Amino acid sequence: MEATIATNTNDNNWGGGNQKPLGASYGKMMMWFFILSDALTFSGFLGAYGLMRFKFIDSWPIADEVFTHFPFLHDVHAPMYYVALMTFILIFSSVTMVLAVDAGHQMNKAKVTFYMFLTIIGGAIFLGSQAWEWKNFIHGSYGAIKLNDGKIIQFVDAEGHQVTLESFAKEIPSERTQHIKSKGVWFVEEAALPAITVNEVIEGFKEHPELTIRTEQLNTELKKKTIIPRDKAMDYLNESNKVVMGANLKENEYGKTLFADFFFFITGFHGFHVLSGVVINIIIFFNVIIGTYERRGHYEMVEKVGLYWHFVDLVWVFVFTFFYLV
Amino acid sequence: MAHAQEHTSHTKLIWKVFGILSLITIVEVILGIIKPDSLHLTHILGTSILNIIFLLLTLLKAYYITWFFMHMADEKKNLRRAVVWTAFFLIAYLSTLLLLEGSYIHDVLGPLTKWNY
Repeated sequence: MEATIATNTNDNNWGGGNQKPLGASYGKMMMWFFILSDALTFSGFLGAYGLMRFKFIDSWPIADEVFTHFPFLHDVHAPMYYVALMTFILIFSSVTMVLAVDAGHQMNKAKVTFYMFLTIIGGAIFLGSQAWEWKNFIHGSYGAIKLNDGKIIQFVDAEGHQVTLESFAKEIPSERTQHIKSKGVWFVEEAALPAITVNEVIEGFKEHPELTIRTEQLNTELKKKTIIPRDKAMDYLNESNKVVMGANLKENEYGKTLFADFFFFITGFHGFHVLSGVVINIIIFFNVIIGTYERRGHYEMVEKVGLYWHFVDLVWVFVFTFFYLV
Repeated sequence: MAHAQEHTSHTKLIWKVFGILSLITIVEVILGIIKPDSLHLTHILGTSILNIIFLLLTLLKAYYITWFFMHMADEKKNLRRAVVWTAFFLIAYLSTLLLLEGSYIHDVLGPLTKWNY
C-alpha cells in the first residue's frame, strides 16, 4: 500500500499555504471564536431572564427599589449610583488594558507592565464592589412577609415609602428558643429562628394606623407597585406564612424569587469571568516582567488577554442594562 | 498588523473612546434615575421608549468597545463578519423568540394569578 503524503504543493489560502485567510494568528483568531461562543452563552442566560421577565411583566421587582445602597451613606436612597461606579471602574480597567496593548505594539516593556498592573487593580476593585453589592442584596433592606402562596407583601407608610419591619414590629416575649442538637433529641436540629416573627409583625401593624401594605403587582399605567388600602390589609396578612429578610435562591424580600436566582447566577457567572480574567492578567503580567515577550519579539499575548478582558467589560455593559436600567 | 514596529501610538483615540463611553454611561444613569414619565410611561414594541433608548445606547457602547478597544476595526473583513454577524443574527433570533414566548405565557397565565384575598 502506498502512503499518501500531504505536501505543500499549493500556496493558495485554502490549499494549506502559509497565508492566513483571516489575517490573524491562530491564537488571536481562536480567542475571537471563544469570545463569540461565550457571548452566545451569556445571551442564552440573559434571554432566559427576558423570557421570565416578560412572563411576569406585571409583577417583576423594580430595580431602583432593590439596589439602593452606597458605601458610607446610610439610610440614603441612592439607586444606580453604586452600579454606575462599578461600570466606570470596569470601563477604566478596559482603558488601561488597551493602553497596555498599545504600549506592547511599541515594545515598551515598562509601560506594558505599568498598565497591566493598573488593569489587575481595576479588576480586583470591581470584584470587591460586586461582593459588596451581593452582601447588600443578601441582607436586604426592609424585610417582607411571604404569604402561603409565595407572594411577597411589603409595608409602606402613608406616603407610600417602604418601612422596615424593625421600625414597627411589636416585641412579644417568647419562651421559644432554637432547637440545637445539644438540647433535646440529639439527631434533630432546626435553622436559626428569625429575629422577628410573623405574629410580632401583625401585632405591630395593628398598632400603627399609618401603615399599609403593597403587593408585587405593578400598576401597568404608572409602573408602580399596587398599594392596598389599610382596611383590606388584614385579608392579606391573615395568609402570612413567614418573615423574609433579604434575598437568596429560595426567597426574595423584593419580590419574585426568580429575580434573585437570575441576579445571582448571571452576575455570579460574569464575576467568575472577571476573576479568571484577573488571574490570567496576573500570569501575563509576570511574563511581561521576566521579559518573555521582549525575547519573543512581540506582545501579542497581551493583545489576546486584552481581548478577553474587553469582552468581560462588554458583557457587563449588557448586564448593567438588563438588570439595572430596563 | 504583521510588523509590530510599524505601529504608531493610538493613545489619543483610546482616551476619546473612553470619553464617549463615559458620556453614554452618564446619560444612561441620569435617565435611569429620573425616568421621565414622557419616555417611561409609554408603550412601544412591547416595552417603553425609555427601554428602547437604553437598548440603543447599550448597542452603541458595545460597538465602541468592540471596534476600538478590541481593535475589530483593524481586523480583516472576513474575521469581522464571521464574529459580528454570527453573534448579531443568532442573538437577535433567540431573543425575539424568547421575548415573544414570554409575552404569550403572560397573556395565558397572567389572568389566572390571584391578587385579591
